[in-house]
Amino acid sequence: MAVTTAPSAKGRRRAAGPLFVAPFMVLFVLLFLAPLGYAAYLSLFQERLIGGTAFVGLDNYVKAVQDPLLIHGVGRVALFFVIQVPVMLLLALLFALALDSGLLRLARVIRLGIFVPYAVPSVVAALMWGYLYGPDFGPFAQLSRKLDLPVPGFLSESWMLGSLANIVTWEFVGYNMIILYAALRTIPQELYEAAAMDGAGAWRIAWSVKLPALKPALLLTLLFSVIGSFQLFNEPNLLMKVAPDVISSSYTANLYAYTLAFTGQQVNYAATVSFLLGLVIVIASYAILLTANRRRTP
Amino acid sequence: MATPVPVAPRRRRRSRARRSTPLTIAMLAALAYFLLPLFWLLIASTKSTQDLFNSFGLWFSHAPQLLANVKETFTQDDGVFVHWLLNTVMYAVVSSVGAALLAAAAGYGFAKFRFRGDRLGFNLVLGAVMVPTTALAIPTYLLFAEAGLVNTPWAIILPSLVNPFGLYLMRVYAQDAIPDSILEAARIDGAGEARIFFTIALRLLAPGLVTVLLFTLVATWNNYFLPLIMLNDPDLYPITVGLSSWAAQAQNGGAGSSSDMLALVVTGSLISILPLVVAFLLLQRYWQSGLAAGGVKQ
Repeated sequence: MAVTTAPSAKGRRRAAGPLFVAPFMVLFVLLFLAPLGYAAYLSLFQERLIGGTAFVGLDNYVKAVQDPLLIHGVGRVALFFVIQVPVMLLLALLFALALDSGLLRLARVIRLGIFVPYAVPSVVAALMWGYLYGPDFGPFAQLSRKLDLPVPGFLSESWMLGSLANIVTWEFVGYNMIILYAALRTIPQELYEAAAMDGAGAWRIAWSVKLPALKPALLLTLLFSVIGSFQLFNEPNLLMKVAPDVISSSYTANLYAYTLAFTGQQVNYAATVSFLLGLVIVIASYAILLTANRRRTP
Repeated sequence: MATPVPVAPRRRRRSRARRSTPLTIAMLAALAYFLLPLFWLLIASTKSTQDLFNSFGLWFSHAPQLLANVKETFTQDDGVFVHWLLNTVMYAVVSSVGAALLAAAAGYGFAKFRFRGDRLGFNLVLGAVMVPTTALAIPTYLLFAEAGLVNTPWAIILPSLVNPFGLYLMRVYAQDAIPDSILEAARIDGAGEARIFFTIALRLLAPGLVTVLLFTLVATWNNYFLPLIMLNDPDLYPITVGLSSWAAQAQNGGAGSSSDMLALVVTGSLISILPLVVAFLLLQRYWQSGLAAGGVKQ
């Protein structure tokens, strides 16, 4: 190094890094690690009718993995994830590629219009779609009746998961599209010129140049989607009010944890379920990361 | 002097690029899907509760009454909606400014300083990106209940201050946007580390800072689960919890005072989404470049 600084300044500089990081890290420990640790601690106890709270080791976990309500909730969410996330990310990818192709008229309007639902609170999104889905007064039902067609049962048992998937897709396609679009914009123009020089057409360029460059961004959107779908709560909790027979209080794992804690007063078991749910999400996320990394380095 | 490296350089489009009408039409059809619920909301907020049921959902009724609805929304229950609006603004602004500053300082600290434990600290936070907030919410509630923080504004603000993804974004951004040579030059001129951060680094970090700020703002503005469990005093509710409580009243039957609630829910929903939509439109160029940083880097 050409520049030497005075020893005292160097000492101050060494202290500066931790000082910049400290406020965030202190809050991180208090508001992130402490609740996690507390949940782990609580999950080891059970409230007994007689004798108060007792240490039960892993009993709550044994109970949880055999709890049909939890298993169904997780299963429903997993099914939701398997169908909704690919559809959403594929749409986001197609929209991003279309925007980036430079072939669109009104590209700015379209981009903003698709993104706008992200700014809508999920509560409002669920309220709006809940009304639109309505079998009596919803506009789709009104139209079907006018055309003498059967009224679609968006809120029926067999359609509900799809109806929820539609709301979540509506909310987040634009957000994912923007991440992918922003990543596309950073691909240097020279790459396209080189590919065109080699005789690649528009499709070939999209497949061989754009998609590989999008991998990190796609991975990011996939990770966020895993986290998002497994903690599904707001939309089912609101649609529950219009379709109470279809959505039970354990419809998703998160809804179940909420019910346990706030209506069942089973604090320890709720902590167990929360902790397990977090664990499932972390494991799923790591699995995705590992698979992606293995693919990248053959 | 030096300007930060632009994250999303605008490529010059080839001038001969032709516009594609079929693609534009397909994208406009997609746009219609994304705007349909918002169009419905706009129409619906001009209707009385009666007309919401009796007139066609996607067109105006014979007696539009937007202003009457707005007035009623603001005066219902002694103006509780105004409370909700102000609460939401307060929670969202304090949380997002705090979260952005904390993330910026920590991101800068991790990007530009080496110190003992820096790698461990950063990896810990990076892992935390995967822990879902709602899995944390119940244990956080239980901890806050012990600390007497439940049913206070702190219960909403404190957890929103820690944004692991924001820290990740700021670190990536700081690495690119702040050249080491500037920091060295400032140090030789005798500037202290704090002064360098506040007068030089923060300015160079501005676009990334706005991104984190905007996304925390949206997350807090739209937050439902956390305030739902933390608050039971309607005067402390943010708009999301308030609207869902009105929606529950509206669904509980057309009897008595609740018969007109639906129009209020609809109009309140419209009012609640306007500020965010405006914020996103005004600040587009910031959030897009910021998102690009997160999506491109590993």
